[in-house]
Amino acid sequence: MSRATRCAAAALLAFAQAASPASPVDGFELEDAAMAERYQALITEFRCPKCLNESLASSGAPIAADLRRTVRRLIADGAEDAAIRAHLQQRYGDFILYDPPLRPSTWALWFAPLALALLAAALLRRAGARRSALPLSEAERGVVERFVERRG
Amino acid sequence: MAQTAAAPAHAAAHRMIGRLLPLAGFAALVALLYLGFTLRDPTLLPSALIAQPFPRFDLPILGGGGRRATEADLQGAPRLVNVWATWCPTCLAEHAELTRIGAETGLSIIGINYKDDAAKAIAWLVRHGDPYQFNVVDADGDLGVELGVYGAPETFLVDAAGIIRHKRVGEVNRAVWENEIAPAWRNLAATP
Repeated sequence: MSRATRCAAAALLAFAQAASPASPVDGFELEDAAMAERYQALITEFRCPKCLNESLASSGAPIAADLRRTVRRLIADGAEDAAIRAHLQQRYGDFILYDPPLRPSTWALWFAPLALALLAAALLRRAGARRSALPLSEAERGVVERFVERRG
Repeated sequence: MAQTAAAPAHAAAHRMIGRLLPLAGFAALVALLYLGFTLRDPTLLPSALIAQPFPRFDLPILGGGGRRATEADLQGAPRLVNVWATWCPTCLAEHAELTRIGAETGLSIIGINYKDDAAKAIAWLVRHGDPYQFNVVDADGDLGVELGVYGAPETFLVDAAGIIRHKRVGEVNRAVWENEIAPAWRNLAATP
């Protein structure tokens, strides 16, 4: 491998590492690869409670670091993913979940888009039906007939 | 004849409604967005811990020479549990009101010194006064996570059985005390 190629490869590697969505470094490693993978997946699932629109994985807020540490501790203690979600939800509420649960208080959230789409479809249909149901006036009928004759 | 005269009037009314409908829809959308953006503070999270027991903890007491406190030390009387730190300006802003509450109402106040430096915290209490019965040291914020804390100050009203009854995120001032916390405290006395 030529020196230039090696340089390019190194640069590419550095770029790939920088571009990969790495979480802020907390100085903690989960030794088990499967656990580390679950950890990475879980922290993208939770919303940082302080920053409104960042996941635990992407946030640099101190509270996000505390919550990442909590997730790691729970994984290391052998908790299942569902138990970890429940653990954080019990303490921080539905807010912390990017994927809100379906329950009566969130029905509006889940079903309003569908209801609006149905309403829009119904209105469009009605408007379409009304337009096609309008009878042609004598003058309009004449225009259409002339047009058809010319084409025919 | 009567029918043909009525039909254009009817159609005109229909057209009028058709023209106003999008405007009405737009006005409704503006109203919805206005309410959504102004009525609710998006930085305030609903608390998930109301009516839940205060989480278990076993932490050193600030300046307590190695003594520790647990959740059992909160029980026996209603308490105001205040999460504070010296790095938190709002904590200083609410300190006078907490001091007044402690002195005038007889409600016992426990502090959680949250992610702070113990020496700084002790100096801060010497300088600004100490309304707390005791403070527990939550140096790494683990008790904060258990309490769903996402910023200081946060203040919890805990009943004599150790159940969380009210949570205030942000400053406790006179208005918050009188409109939120004092009524919740009186409620505890009314329903033993």
